[in-house]
Amino acid sequence: MAKQIEVSDLDAYYGSHKAIEGITMTIEPRSVTAFIGPSGCGKSTFLRTLNRMHEVIPGARVEGKILLEDQDLYGSDIDPVSVRRTVGMVFQRPNPFPTMSIFDNVAAGLRLNGRVTKSETQGIVESSLKDANLWNEVKDRLNKPGAGLSGGQQQRLCIARAIAVNPSVLLMDEPCSALDPISTLAIEDLISKLKNDYTIVIVTHNMQQAARVSDRTAFFNLAGQGQPGKLVEMDDTSKIFTNPTQKATEDYITGRFG
Amino acid sequence: MVTPLRTREGGPATGRPAFRRSRGEGPFRFATTGAGILLLAIMAAIAVFLIVKAVPALQANTSHFLTEKIWTPNSTKPVFGIAALAFGTVISSFLALIMALPVAIGVALFISHYAPRRLAGVLGYVIDLLAAVPSVVYGLWGVIFLIPFMKGPSTFLNTYFGWIPLFAGDAVYGKSILTGSIVLGIMILPIIAAISREVFLQAPTSLEEASLALGATRWEMIRMSVLPFGRPGVISAAMLGLGRAMGETIAVALIFPATFDITFKVLSANGNSIAANIANGFGEATPIGQGALIASGLVLFVITLVVNTAARLIIARRKEYSRAAA
Ligand SMILES: Nc1ncnc2c1ncn2[C@@H]1O[C@H](COP(=O)(O)OP(=O)(O)OP(=O)(O)O)[C@@H](O)[C@H]1O
Ligand SMILES: [Mg+2]
Repeated sequence: MAKQIEVSDLDAYYGSHKAIEGITMTIEPRSVTAFIGPSGCGKSTFLRTLNRMHEVIPGARVEGKILLEDQDLYGSDIDPVSVRRTVGMVFQRPNPFPTMSIFDNVAAGLRLNGRVTKSETQGIVESSLKDANLWNEVKDRLNKPGAGLSGGQQQRLCIARAIAVNPSVLLMDEPCSALDPISTLAIEDLISKLKNDYTIVIVTHNMQQAARVSDRTAFFNLAGQGQPGKLVEMDDTSKIFTNPTQKATEDYITGRFG
Repeated sequence: MVTPLRTREGGPATGRPAFRRSRGEGPFRFATTGAGILLLAIMAAIAVFLIVKAVPALQANTSHFLTEKIWTPNSTKPVFGIAALAFGTVISSFLALIMALPVAIGVALFISHYAPRRLAGVLGYVIDLLAAVPSVVYGLWGVIFLIPFMKGPSTFLNTYFGWIPLFAGDAVYGKSILTGSIVLGIMILPIIAAISREVFLQAPTSLEEASLALGATRWEMIRMSVLPFGRPGVISAAMLGLGRAMGETIAVALIFPATFDITFKVLSANGNSIAANIANGFGEATPIGQGALIASGLVLFVITLVVNTAARLIIARRKEYSRAAA
Protein backbone atom coordinates (compact mmCIF):
# COMPACT_ATOMS: atom_id res chain seq x y z
CA MET A 1 0.00 0.00 0.00
CA ALA A 2 2.97 2.35 0.29
CA LYS A 3 3.57 3.83 -3.13
CA GLN A 4 6.43 5.34 -5.03
CA ILE A 5 6.27 8.93 -6.27
CA GLU A 6 8.05 10.04 -9.39
CA VAL A 7 8.22 13.76 -10.09
CA SER A 8 9.50 15.11 -13.37
CA ASP A 9 10.23 18.70 -14.33
CA LEU A 10 7.65 20.25 -12.01
CA ASP A 11 6.95 24.00 -11.81
CA ALA A 12 4.47 25.59 -9.42
CA TYR A 13 3.06 29.10 -9.61
CA TYR A 14 1.17 31.52 -7.39
CA GLY A 15 -0.51 33.67 -10.02
CA SER A 16 2.37 34.89 -12.15
CA HIS A 17 4.99 34.17 -9.46
CA LYS A 18 6.91 30.98 -10.11
CA ALA A 19 7.65 29.50 -6.68
CA ILE A 20 9.46 26.31 -7.69
CA GLU A 21 11.05 25.25 -10.95
CA GLY A 22 12.20 22.11 -12.68
CA ILE A 23 11.91 19.67 -9.81
CA THR A 24 12.68 16.07 -10.69
CA MET A 25 12.97 13.38 -8.04
CA THR A 26 11.91 9.91 -7.01
CA ILE A 27 10.45 9.29 -3.55
CA GLU A 28 10.81 5.69 -2.44
CA PRO A 29 8.01 3.75 -0.76
CA ARG A 30 8.35 2.51 2.83
CA SER A 31 10.95 5.14 3.63
CA VAL A 32 11.18 8.63 5.06
CA THR A 33 12.23 11.44 2.75
CA ALA A 34 13.16 14.78 4.32
CA PHE A 35 12.97 18.15 2.57
CA ILE A 36 15.37 20.77 3.91
CA GLY A 37 16.29 24.23 2.74
CA PRO A 38 16.09 27.91 3.67
CA SER A 39 12.78 29.61 4.32
CA GLY A 40 10.86 30.54 1.20
CA CYS A 41 12.62 28.08 -1.10
CA GLY A 42 9.35 26.30 -1.85
CA LYS A 43 9.41 23.18 0.33
CA SER A 44 5.80 23.60 1.43
CA THR A 45 4.74 24.54 -2.07
CA PHE A 46 6.33 21.41 -3.50
CA LEU A 47 4.89 19.22 -0.75
CA ARG A 48 1.42 20.55 -1.50
CA THR A 49 1.74 19.73 -5.19
CA LEU A 50 2.12 16.08 -4.17
CA ASN A 51 -1.51 15.81 -3.05
CA ARG A 52 -2.97 18.55 -5.23
CA MET A 53 -3.50 20.87 -2.27
CA HIS A 54 -1.51 23.57 -4.05
CA GLU A 55 -4.33 24.35 -6.47
CA VAL A 56 -6.72 25.02 -3.57
CA ILE A 57 -5.12 28.48 -3.27
CA PRO A 58 -6.75 30.96 -5.68
CA GLY A 59 -4.55 31.57 -8.70
CA ALA A 60 -2.15 28.72 -7.91
CA ARG A 61 -1.26 26.20 -10.63
CA VAL A 62 1.19 23.45 -11.44
CA GLU A 63 3.08 22.40 -14.58
CA GLY A 64 4.90 19.13 -14.98
CA LYS A 65 4.26 15.54 -14.12
CA ILE A 66 3.88 13.49 -10.95
CA LEU A 67 3.41 9.74 -11.07
CA LEU A 68 2.08 7.86 -8.05
CA GLU A 69 3.13 4.32 -8.99
CA ASP A 70 1.67 4.36 -12.51
CA GLN A 71 -1.02 6.96 -12.01
CA ASP A 72 -0.53 10.46 -13.38
CA LEU A 73 -1.69 12.69 -10.48
CA TYR A 74 -2.36 15.62 -12.79
CA GLY A 75 -3.98 13.53 -15.52
CA SER A 76 -7.15 15.02 -16.95
CA ASP A 77 -9.25 12.09 -15.72
CA ILE A 78 -7.98 12.30 -12.13
CA ASP A 79 -10.21 13.77 -9.42
CA PRO A 80 -8.13 15.81 -6.94
CA VAL A 81 -10.46 14.62 -4.17
CA SER A 82 -9.46 11.02 -4.77
CA VAL A 83 -5.77 12.00 -4.86
CA ARG A 84 -6.10 13.57 -1.42
CA ARG A 85 -7.67 10.39 -0.09
CA THR A 86 -4.60 8.45 -1.21
CA VAL A 87 -2.01 11.04 -0.20
CA GLY A 88 -2.59 12.24 3.36
CA MET A 89 -1.24 15.43 4.86
CA VAL A 90 -0.29 16.74 8.30
CA PHE A 91 0.09 20.48 8.62
CA GLN A 92 2.61 22.65 10.41
CA ARG A 93 0.09 23.90 12.94
CA PRO A 94 -2.18 21.31 14.50
CA ASN A 95 -5.67 21.81 13.07
CA PRO A 96 -8.17 19.45 14.68
CA PHE A 97 -11.81 20.24 13.98
CA PRO A 98 -12.70 22.34 17.04
CA THR A 99 -16.38 21.45 17.13
CA MET A 100 -15.75 17.72 16.92
CA SER A 101 -14.85 15.31 19.69
CA ILE A 102 -11.55 13.45 19.66
CA PHE A 103 -13.32 10.39 18.32
CA ASP A 104 -15.11 12.31 15.58
CA ASN A 105 -11.89 14.02 14.55
CA VAL A 106 -10.27 10.68 13.84
CA ALA A 107 -13.42 9.32 12.22
CA ALA A 108 -13.94 12.42 10.06
CA GLY A 109 -12.14 11.08 7.00
CA LEU A 110 -13.74 7.65 7.32
CA ARG A 111 -17.19 9.14 7.29
CA LEU A 112 -16.39 10.94 4.06
CA ASN A 113 -15.92 7.61 2.39
CA GLY A 114 -19.24 6.62 3.87
CA ARG A 115 -18.94 2.86 3.60
CA VAL A 116 -17.82 2.00 7.13
CA THR A 117 -20.04 0.51 9.80
CA LYS A 118 -20.11 1.75 13.35
CA SER A 119 -18.02 -1.07 14.75
CA GLU A 120 -15.49 -0.77 11.93
CA THR A 121 -15.20 2.94 12.68
CA GLN A 122 -14.64 2.18 16.34
CA GLY A 123 -11.87 -0.27 15.51
CA ILE A 124 -10.14 2.04 13.04
CA VAL A 125 -10.30 5.01 15.40
CA GLU A 126 -8.73 2.96 18.15
CA SER A 127 -5.96 1.51 15.99
CA SER A 128 -5.20 4.92 14.43
CA LEU A 129 -4.91 6.52 17.85
CA LYS A 130 -2.68 3.67 18.96
CA ASP A 131 -0.51 4.08 15.87
CA ALA A 132 -0.28 7.79 16.63
CA ASN A 133 0.85 7.05 20.21
CA LEU A 134 -2.13 8.92 21.59
CA TRP A 135 -4.52 6.17 22.62
CA ASN A 136 -3.42 5.87 26.25
CA GLU A 137 -3.72 9.60 26.82
CA VAL A 138 -7.20 10.01 25.36
CA LYS A 139 -8.97 6.66 25.67
CA ASP A 140 -10.99 7.89 28.66
CA ARG A 141 -12.13 11.09 27.03
CA LEU A 142 -12.86 10.27 23.41
CA ASN A 143 -16.02 12.35 23.57
CA LYS A 144 -14.25 15.51 24.70
CA PRO A 145 -13.41 18.17 22.13
CA GLY A 146 -10.15 17.75 20.24
CA ALA A 147 -9.31 21.40 20.83
CA GLY A 148 -8.94 20.65 24.54
CA LEU A 149 -5.73 18.68 24.01
CA SER A 150 -2.21 20.06 24.31
CA GLY A 151 -0.43 21.18 21.16
CA GLY A 152 1.60 17.98 20.90
CA GLN A 153 -1.46 15.84 21.52
CA GLN A 154 -3.39 17.82 18.92
CA GLN A 155 -0.67 17.18 16.36
CA ARG A 156 -0.72 13.47 17.10
CA LEU A 157 -4.51 13.62 16.81
CA CYS A 158 -4.06 15.14 13.35
CA ILE A 159 -1.66 12.35 12.45
CA ALA A 160 -4.21 9.79 13.66
CA ARG A 161 -6.85 11.53 11.57
CA ALA A 162 -4.60 11.38 8.51
CA ILE A 163 -3.71 7.70 8.86
CA ALA A 164 -7.26 6.62 9.71
CA VAL A 165 -8.21 6.78 6.02
CA ASN A 166 -5.31 4.46 5.23
CA PRO A 167 -3.41 6.61 2.74
CA SER A 168 -0.52 5.34 0.63
CA VAL A 169 1.59 8.41 1.26
CA LEU A 170 1.82 10.70 4.27
CA LEU A 171 3.06 14.28 3.80
CA MET A 172 4.15 16.25 6.86
CA ASP A 173 4.95 19.93 6.74
CA GLU A 174 7.14 20.78 9.74
CA PRO A 175 4.96 18.65 12.01
CA CYS A 176 7.07 19.36 15.10
CA SER A 177 7.75 23.07 14.72
CA ALA A 178 5.11 24.03 17.28
CA LEU A 179 6.02 21.31 19.76
CA ASP A 180 8.21 20.79 22.80
CA PRO A 181 11.16 18.36 22.67
CA ILE A 182 9.25 15.52 24.29
CA SER A 183 6.31 15.72 21.91
CA THR A 184 8.81 16.06 19.08
CA LEU A 185 10.51 12.83 20.10
CA ALA A 186 7.13 11.11 20.35
CA ILE A 187 6.32 12.16 16.81
CA GLU A 188 9.75 11.16 15.50
CA ASP A 189 9.31 7.71 17.03
CA LEU A 190 5.93 7.58 15.39
CA ILE A 191 7.41 8.47 12.01
CA SER A 192 10.00 5.72 12.31
CA LYS A 193 7.23 3.27 13.08
CA LEU A 194 4.89 4.47 10.35
CA LYS A 195 7.47 4.17 7.62
CA ASN A 196 7.01 0.41 7.60
CA ASP A 197 3.59 0.95 6.08
CA TYR A 198 3.65 4.33 4.38
CA THR A 199 5.68 6.50 2.09
CA ILE A 200 6.56 9.44 4.29
CA VAL A 201 7.71 12.89 3.25
CA ILE A 202 8.62 15.39 5.94
CA VAL A 203 9.61 19.03 5.67
CA THR A 204 11.83 20.19 8.51
CA HIS A 205 14.07 23.06 9.50
CA ASN A 206 15.73 20.89 12.10
CA MET A 207 18.88 19.27 10.71
CA GLN A 208 19.15 16.83 13.58
CA GLN A 209 15.59 15.78 12.98
CA ALA A 210 16.21 15.20 9.30
CA ALA A 211 19.32 13.19 10.19
CA ARG A 212 17.47 11.19 12.83
CA VAL A 213 14.31 10.21 11.01
CA SER A 214 14.94 10.25 7.29
CA ASP A 215 16.44 7.74 4.87
CA ARG A 216 16.76 10.19 2.00
CA THR A 217 17.18 13.96 2.13
CA ALA A 218 16.44 16.55 -0.52
CA PHE A 219 18.01 20.00 -0.27
CA PHE A 220 16.17 22.91 -1.89
CA ASN A 221 17.54 26.36 -2.45
CA LEU A 222 16.70 29.54 -4.29
CA ALA A 223 19.15 31.57 -6.31
CA GLY A 224 17.91 34.91 -4.98
CA GLN A 225 14.91 37.01 -3.97
CA GLY A 226 11.98 36.51 -6.33
CA GLN A 227 13.68 33.57 -8.04
CA PRO A 228 11.99 30.17 -8.05
CA GLY A 229 13.24 27.53 -5.64
CA LYS A 230 15.07 24.52 -7.06
CA LEU A 231 16.14 21.08 -5.96
CA VAL A 232 19.90 21.28 -5.38
CA GLU A 233 20.55 17.66 -4.56
CA MET A 234 18.94 14.56 -3.19
CA ASP A 235 20.71 11.57 -1.75
CA ASP A 236 20.85 9.16 1.14
CA THR A 237 20.62 11.12 4.36
CA SER A 238 23.96 9.83 5.63
CA LYS A 239 25.64 11.01 2.43
CA ILE A 240 23.99 14.45 2.48
CA PHE A 241 25.06 15.06 6.05
CA THR A 242 28.61 13.74 5.75
CA ASN A 243 29.70 14.19 2.19
CA PRO A 244 27.32 16.25 0.03
CA THR A 245 28.15 16.71 -3.63
CA GLN A 246 27.16 20.38 -3.81
CA LYS A 247 28.92 23.22 -2.05
CA ALA A 248 25.59 24.94 -1.30
CA THR A 249 24.33 21.88 0.54
CA GLU A 250 27.44 21.68 2.65
CA ASP A 251 27.23 25.37 3.49
CA TYR A 252 23.62 25.01 4.50
CA ILE A 253 23.95 21.99 6.74
CA THR A 254 27.07 23.30 8.43
CA GLY A 255 25.35 26.60 9.08
CA ARG A 256 27.61 28.64 6.82
CA PHE A 257 24.62 29.64 4.79
CA GLY A 258 24.12 33.05 3.24
CA MET B 1 18.60 70.87 29.93
CA VAL B 2 16.48 67.76 29.68
CA THR B 3 16.20 65.56 32.72
CA PRO B 4 15.55 61.85 32.12
CA LEU B 5 11.93 60.89 32.48
CA ARG B 6 10.91 58.71 35.35
CA THR B 7 8.08 56.25 35.18
CA ARG B 8 5.94 55.10 38.02
CA GLU B 9 6.48 51.36 37.89
CA GLY B 10 10.00 51.46 36.63
CA GLY B 11 8.82 50.56 33.13
CA PRO B 12 10.24 52.18 30.05
CA ALA B 13 9.89 55.93 29.91
CA THR B 14 7.07 56.99 27.65
CA GLY B 15 6.92 60.22 25.70
CA ARG B 16 5.14 62.06 28.48
CA PRO B 17 5.56 62.15 32.22
CA ALA B 18 3.21 59.84 34.06
CA PHE B 19 1.30 62.56 35.90
CA ARG B 20 0.17 64.06 32.64
CA ARG B 21 -1.47 60.82 31.66
CA SER B 22 -3.29 60.39 34.92
CA ARG B 23 -4.46 63.98 34.85
CA GLY B 24 -5.91 63.44 31.35
CA GLU B 25 -7.66 60.36 32.61
CA GLY B 26 -9.99 62.27 34.92
CA PRO B 27 -12.18 64.08 32.39
CA PHE B 28 -12.15 61.07 30.08
CA ARG B 29 -13.31 58.72 32.78
CA PHE B 30 -15.90 61.26 33.84
CA ALA B 31 -17.17 61.57 30.27
CA THR B 32 -17.46 57.81 29.64
CA THR B 33 -19.02 57.05 32.99
CA GLY B 34 -21.38 59.98 32.53
CA ALA B 35 -22.42 58.78 29.09
CA GLY B 36 -23.07 55.30 30.45
CA ILE B 37 -25.18 56.59 33.32
CA LEU B 38 -27.06 58.96 31.05
CA LEU B 39 -27.92 56.12 28.69
CA LEU B 40 -29.21 53.99 31.54
CA ALA B 41 -31.18 56.94 32.91
CA ILE B 42 -32.83 57.62 29.55
CA MET B 43 -33.75 53.97 29.15
CA ALA B 44 -35.14 53.85 32.66
CA ALA B 45 -37.14 57.02 32.01
CA ILE B 46 -38.63 55.54 28.84
CA ALA B 47 -39.53 52.35 30.66
CA VAL B 48 -41.15 54.26 33.51
CA PHE B 49 -43.08 56.45 31.09
CA LEU B 50 -44.41 53.44 29.18
CA ILE B 51 -45.38 51.58 32.33
CA VAL B 52 -47.09 54.66 33.79
CA LYS B 53 -49.09 54.99 30.58
CA ALA B 54 -49.93 51.30 30.45
CA VAL B 55 -51.05 50.77 34.04
CA PRO B 56 -54.32 52.81 33.96
CA ALA B 57 -55.37 51.02 30.79
CA LEU B 58 -54.64 47.65 32.34
CA GLN B 59 -56.68 48.65 35.38
CA ALA B 60 -59.58 49.77 33.20
CA ASN B 61 -59.51 46.48 31.32
CA THR B 62 -62.54 44.35 32.10
CA SER B 63 -60.89 41.18 30.85
CA HIS B 64 -57.60 39.30 31.37
CA PHE B 65 -54.85 41.07 29.45
CA LEU B 66 -52.73 37.97 28.87
CA THR B 67 -55.50 35.55 27.84
CA GLU B 68 -58.10 37.72 26.15
CA LYS B 69 -58.17 37.68 22.34
CA ILE B 70 -60.51 40.60 21.69
CA TRP B 71 -59.04 44.09 21.27
CA THR B 72 -61.63 46.81 21.97
CA PRO B 73 -59.91 49.17 24.38
CA ASN B 74 -61.60 52.27 22.97
CA SER B 75 -65.12 51.32 23.94
CA THR B 76 -66.70 52.60 27.14
CA LYS B 77 -66.25 49.16 28.65
CA PRO B 78 -62.72 48.33 27.48
CA VAL B 79 -62.02 44.68 26.66
CA PHE B 80 -58.60 43.80 25.36
CA GLY B 81 -55.94 41.12 25.59
CA ILE B 82 -52.66 40.23 24.00
CA ALA B 83 -53.26 36.53 23.27
CA ALA B 84 -54.22 36.69 19.59
CA LEU B 85 -51.73 39.44 18.78
CA ALA B 86 -48.81 37.71 20.48
CA PHE B 87 -49.70 34.46 18.78
CA GLY B 88 -49.84 36.18 15.41
CA THR B 89 -46.50 37.86 16.01
CA VAL B 90 -44.81 34.61 16.94
CA ILE B 91 -46.26 32.44 14.20
CA SER B 92 -45.70 34.95 11.41
CA SER B 93 -42.12 35.64 12.49
CA PHE B 94 -41.22 31.98 12.82
CA LEU B 95 -42.77 31.24 9.42
CA ALA B 96 -40.70 34.07 7.99
CA LEU B 97 -37.55 32.71 9.62
CA ILE B 98 -38.21 29.15 8.44
CA MET B 99 -38.56 30.41 4.89
CA ALA B 100 -35.68 32.88 4.98
CA LEU B 101 -33.00 30.97 6.88
CA PRO B 102 -32.21 28.15 4.41
CA VAL B 103 -32.21 30.55 1.48
CA ALA B 104 -30.02 33.04 3.36
CA ILE B 105 -27.51 30.34 4.32
CA GLY B 106 -27.43 29.11 0.75
CA VAL B 107 -26.89 32.61 -0.62
CA ALA B 108 -24.18 33.28 1.98
CA LEU B 109 -22.36 30.04 1.17
CA PHE B 110 -22.61 30.70 -2.53
CA ILE B 111 -21.06 34.12 -2.11
CA SER B 112 -18.37 32.99 0.34
CA HIS B 113 -17.34 29.64 -1.13
CA TYR B 114 -18.71 29.04 -4.62
CA ALA B 115 -19.02 32.23 -6.63
CA PRO B 116 -16.03 33.52 -8.58
CA ARG B 117 -14.47 36.48 -6.81
CA ARG B 118 -15.88 39.15 -9.11
CA LEU B 119 -19.44 37.81 -8.91
CA ALA B 120 -19.11 37.36 -5.14
CA GLY B 121 -18.26 41.04 -4.77
CA VAL B 122 -21.26 42.15 -6.81
CA LEU B 123 -23.63 39.80 -5.00
CA GLY B 124 -22.34 40.88 -1.61
CA TYR B 125 -22.98 44.47 -2.56
CA VAL B 126 -26.51 43.69 -3.77
CA ILE B 127 -27.30 41.89 -0.50
CA ASP B 128 -26.09 44.86 1.53
CA LEU B 129 -28.22 47.11 -0.64
CA LEU B 130 -31.31 44.96 -0.15
CA ALA B 131 -30.77 45.04 3.60
CA ALA B 132 -30.99 48.82 3.45
CA VAL B 133 -34.32 49.04 1.59
CA PRO B 134 -36.96 50.69 3.83
CA SER B 135 -39.57 48.26 5.03
CA VAL B 136 -42.48 50.29 3.67
CA VAL B 137 -41.21 49.50 0.18
CA TYR B 138 -41.49 45.78 0.90
CA GLY B 139 -44.93 46.44 2.38
CA LEU B 140 -46.16 48.24 -0.72
CA TRP B 141 -44.77 45.52 -2.94
CA GLY B 142 -46.65 43.02 -0.80
CA VAL B 143 -49.92 44.90 -1.16
CA ILE B 144 -49.67 45.68 -4.86
CA PHE B 145 -48.07 42.49 -6.14
CA LEU B 146 -47.99 39.67 -3.62
CA ILE B 147 -51.55 39.81 -2.24
CA PRO B 148 -53.19 39.32 -5.66
CA PHE B 149 -50.46 36.90 -6.70
CA MET B 150 -50.79 34.64 -3.65
CA LYS B 151 -54.36 33.68 -4.45
CA GLY B 152 -53.15 30.95 -6.85
CA PRO B 153 -50.39 29.37 -4.77
CA SER B 154 -52.58 29.54 -1.65
CA THR B 155 -55.39 27.69 -3.38
CA PHE B 156 -52.88 25.08 -4.53
CA LEU B 157 -51.52 24.61 -1.00
CA ASN B 158 -55.02 24.44 0.43
CA THR B 159 -56.16 21.89 -2.15
CA TYR B 160 -53.21 19.52 -2.07
CA PHE B 161 -51.67 20.12 1.34
CA GLY B 162 -54.80 21.00 3.26
CA TRP B 163 -54.17 17.99 5.51
CA ILE B 164 -51.33 20.01 7.05
CA PRO B 165 -53.02 22.16 9.73
CA LEU B 166 -51.17 25.28 8.52
CA PHE B 167 -52.77 25.09 5.09
CA ALA B 168 -56.22 23.91 6.23
CA GLY B 169 -59.36 26.02 6.02
CA ASP B 170 -62.52 26.42 3.96
CA ALA B 171 -61.46 29.47 2.02
CA VAL B 172 -58.14 31.05 1.13
CA TYR B 173 -57.26 34.69 0.82
CA GLY B 174 -54.34 36.65 -0.59
CA LYS B 175 -54.39 38.99 2.38
CA SER B 176 -53.26 36.40 4.90
CA ILE B 177 -50.69 35.61 7.55
CA LEU B 178 -48.76 33.58 4.99
CA THR B 179 -48.46 36.51 2.60
CA GLY B 180 -47.28 38.71 5.44
CA SER B 181 -44.78 36.06 6.50
CA ILE B 182 -43.39 35.84 2.99
CA VAL B 183 -42.86 39.60 2.93
CA LEU B 184 -41.23 39.39 6.36
CA GLY B 185 -39.05 36.54 5.15
CA ILE B 186 -37.89 38.52 2.15
CA MET B 187 -37.20 41.49 4.41
CA ILE B 188 -35.03 39.59 6.87
CA LEU B 189 -33.27 37.47 4.26
CA PRO B 190 -30.64 40.07 3.31
CA ILE B 191 -29.59 40.77 6.87
CA ILE B 192 -29.28 37.07 7.73
CA ALA B 193 -27.40 36.40 4.48
CA ALA B 194 -25.06 39.36 5.00
CA ILE B 195 -24.08 38.34 8.54
CA SER B 196 -23.78 34.65 7.65
CA ARG B 197 -21.55 35.51 4.71
CA GLU B 198 -19.23 37.48 6.99
CA VAL B 199 -19.07 34.55 9.39
CA PHE B 200 -18.43 31.97 6.66
CA LEU B 201 -15.67 34.09 5.20
CA GLN B 202 -13.92 34.02 8.57
CA ALA B 203 -13.77 30.23 8.67
CA PRO B 204 -10.04 29.51 9.17
CA THR B 205 -8.18 28.35 6.07
CA SER B 206 -6.39 25.79 8.23
CA LEU B 207 -9.69 24.06 9.00
CA GLU B 208 -10.81 24.15 5.39
CA GLU B 209 -7.51 22.64 4.31
CA ALA B 210 -7.79 20.03 7.05
CA SER B 211 -10.96 18.62 5.53
CA LEU B 212 -9.80 19.02 1.92
CA ALA B 213 -6.61 17.11 2.75
CA LEU B 214 -8.77 14.24 4.03
CA GLY B 215 -10.38 14.03 0.62
CA ALA B 216 -13.48 16.10 1.23
CA THR B 217 -15.38 17.55 -1.71
CA ARG B 218 -16.20 21.22 -1.52
CA TRP B 219 -19.62 20.58 -0.03
CA GLU B 220 -18.15 18.13 2.49
CA MET B 221 -15.52 20.71 3.36
CA ILE B 222 -18.28 23.23 4.01
CA ARG B 223 -20.13 20.76 6.21
CA MET B 224 -17.04 19.78 8.20
CA SER B 225 -15.21 23.07 8.51
CA VAL B 226 -17.34 26.05 7.58
CA LEU B 227 -20.80 25.34 8.97
CA PRO B 228 -19.70 24.19 12.46
CA PHE B 229 -17.45 27.22 12.70
CA GLY B 230 -20.21 29.53 11.52
CA ARG B 231 -22.98 28.04 13.64
CA PRO B 232 -23.01 30.55 16.51
CA GLY B 233 -22.84 33.42 14.03
CA VAL B 234 -25.67 32.05 11.95
CA ILE B 235 -27.79 31.57 15.07
CA SER B 236 -27.13 35.18 16.03
CA ALA B 237 -28.04 36.30 12.53
CA ALA B 238 -31.24 34.26 12.62
CA MET B 239 -32.21 35.76 15.98
CA LEU B 240 -31.52 39.24 14.72
CA GLY B 241 -33.73 38.47 11.73
CA LEU B 242 -36.42 37.02 13.97
CA GLY B 243 -36.30 40.13 16.15
CA ARG B 244 -36.71 42.31 13.10
CA ALA B 245 -39.63 40.23 11.88
CA MET B 246 -41.35 40.46 15.26
CA GLY B 247 -40.87 44.18 15.50
CA GLU B 248 -41.70 44.93 11.88
CA THR B 249 -44.65 47.27 11.74
CA ILE B 250 -45.53 49.02 8.59
CA ALA B 251 -45.11 46.23 6.04
CA VAL B 252 -47.30 43.81 7.97
CA ALA B 253 -49.81 46.48 8.98
CA LEU B 254 -50.55 46.78 5.27
CA ILE B 255 -50.91 43.05 4.73
CA PHE B 256 -52.18 41.18 7.79
CA PRO B 257 -55.95 40.61 7.86
CA ALA B 258 -56.18 42.48 11.19
CA THR B 259 -58.60 40.16 12.98
CA PHE B 260 -58.20 38.93 16.53
CA ASP B 261 -58.17 35.17 16.27
CA ILE B 262 -55.76 32.46 17.30
CA THR B 263 -55.50 30.15 14.33
CA PHE B 264 -52.84 28.07 12.66
CA LYS B 265 -54.66 28.42 9.36
CA VAL B 266 -52.21 30.83 7.79
CA LEU B 267 -54.11 30.98 4.48
CA SER B 268 -57.32 32.26 6.05
CA ALA B 269 -58.36 35.89 6.41
CA ASN B 270 -57.50 35.85 10.10
CA GLY B 271 -54.57 37.07 12.12
CA ASN B 272 -52.64 40.09 13.22
CA SER B 273 -49.47 41.02 15.05
CA ILE B 274 -48.64 43.25 17.98
CA ALA B 275 -46.67 45.72 15.90
CA ALA B 276 -49.21 45.85 13.09
CA ASN B 277 -52.01 46.41 15.59
CA ILE B 278 -50.13 49.33 17.14
CA ALA B 279 -49.55 50.91 13.75
CA ASN B 280 -53.16 50.48 12.70
CA GLY B 281 -54.73 51.51 15.99
CA PHE B 282 -52.68 54.27 17.53
CA GLY B 283 -54.17 57.11 15.49
CA GLU B 284 -57.76 56.76 16.66
CA ALA B 285 -56.99 55.47 20.13
CA THR B 286 -58.48 56.98 23.29
CA PRO B 287 -56.05 57.46 26.20
CA ILE B 288 -57.05 54.04 27.48
CA GLY B 289 -56.58 52.62 23.99
CA GLN B 290 -53.13 54.16 23.80
CA GLY B 291 -52.23 52.68 27.15
CA ALA B 292 -53.42 49.29 25.95
CA LEU B 293 -51.27 49.54 22.83
CA ILE B 294 -48.27 50.54 24.94
CA ALA B 295 -48.87 47.53 27.16
CA SER B 296 -48.88 45.34 24.06
CA GLY B 297 -45.58 46.94 23.00
CA LEU B 298 -44.07 45.98 26.35
CA VAL B 299 -45.19 42.40 25.77
CA LEU B 300 -43.48 42.47 22.37
CA PHE B 301 -40.33 43.65 24.11
CA VAL B 302 -40.51 40.74 26.52
CA ILE B 303 -41.03 38.23 23.70
CA THR B 304 -37.98 39.57 21.86
CA LEU B 305 -35.98 39.38 25.05
CA VAL B 306 -36.97 35.75 25.60
CA VAL B 307 -36.01 34.83 22.04
CA ASN B 308 -32.64 36.52 22.37
CA THR B 309 -31.92 34.84 25.68
CA ALA B 310 -32.82 31.48 24.20
CA ALA B 311 -30.41 32.11 21.35
CA ARG B 312 -27.64 33.03 23.76
CA LEU B 313 -28.22 29.84 25.70
CA ILE B 314 -28.00 27.78 22.51
CA ILE B 315 -24.71 29.46 21.62
CA ALA B 316 -23.30 29.13 25.13
CA ARG B 317 -24.09 25.43 25.31
CA ARG B 318 -21.69 24.80 22.43
CA LYS B 319 -18.99 27.09 23.79
CA GLU B 320 -16.77 24.29 24.96
CA TYR B 321 -16.60 22.93 21.44
CA SER B 322 -16.43 26.25 19.71
CA ARG B 323 -13.04 27.37 20.91
CA ALA B 324 -11.44 28.14 17.56
CA ALA B 325 -8.56 25.95 16.50
CA ALA B 326 -5.06 27.20 17.17
N1 LIG C 1 -0.40 31.49 -0.59
C1 LIG C 1 0.63 32.05 -1.26
N2 LIG C 1 0.39 33.03 -2.15
C2 LIG C 1 1.41 33.60 -2.83
N3 LIG C 1 2.70 33.26 -2.70
C3 LIG C 1 3.01 32.29 -1.83
C4 LIG C 1 1.99 31.63 -1.06
N4 LIG C 1 2.57 30.71 -0.27
C5 LIG C 1 3.90 30.79 -0.53
N5 LIG C 1 4.16 31.73 -1.47
C6 LIG C 1 5.48 32.06 -1.99
O1 LIG C 1 6.08 30.91 -2.56
C7 LIG C 1 7.43 30.84 -2.19
C8 LIG C 1 7.73 29.52 -1.52
O2 LIG C 1 7.01 29.47 -0.30
P1 LIG C 1 6.93 28.17 0.59
O3 LIG C 1 5.90 28.41 1.63
O4 LIG C 1 6.74 26.99 -0.28
O5 LIG C 1 8.38 28.14 1.25
P2 LIG C 1 8.96 27.16 2.33
O6 LIG C 1 10.20 26.58 1.77
O7 LIG C 1 7.94 26.22 2.80
O8 LIG C 1 9.35 28.16 3.48
P3 LIG C 1 9.32 27.92 5.07
O9 LIG C 1 10.51 27.09 5.37
O10 LIG C 1 9.45 29.28 5.63
O11 LIG C 1 8.04 27.26 5.41
C9 LIG C 1 7.73 32.05 -1.34
O12 LIG C 1 8.33 33.03 -2.15
C10 LIG C 1 6.39 32.52 -0.88
O13 LIG C 1 6.37 33.92 -0.76
MG1 LIG D 1 6.84 25.94 4.65
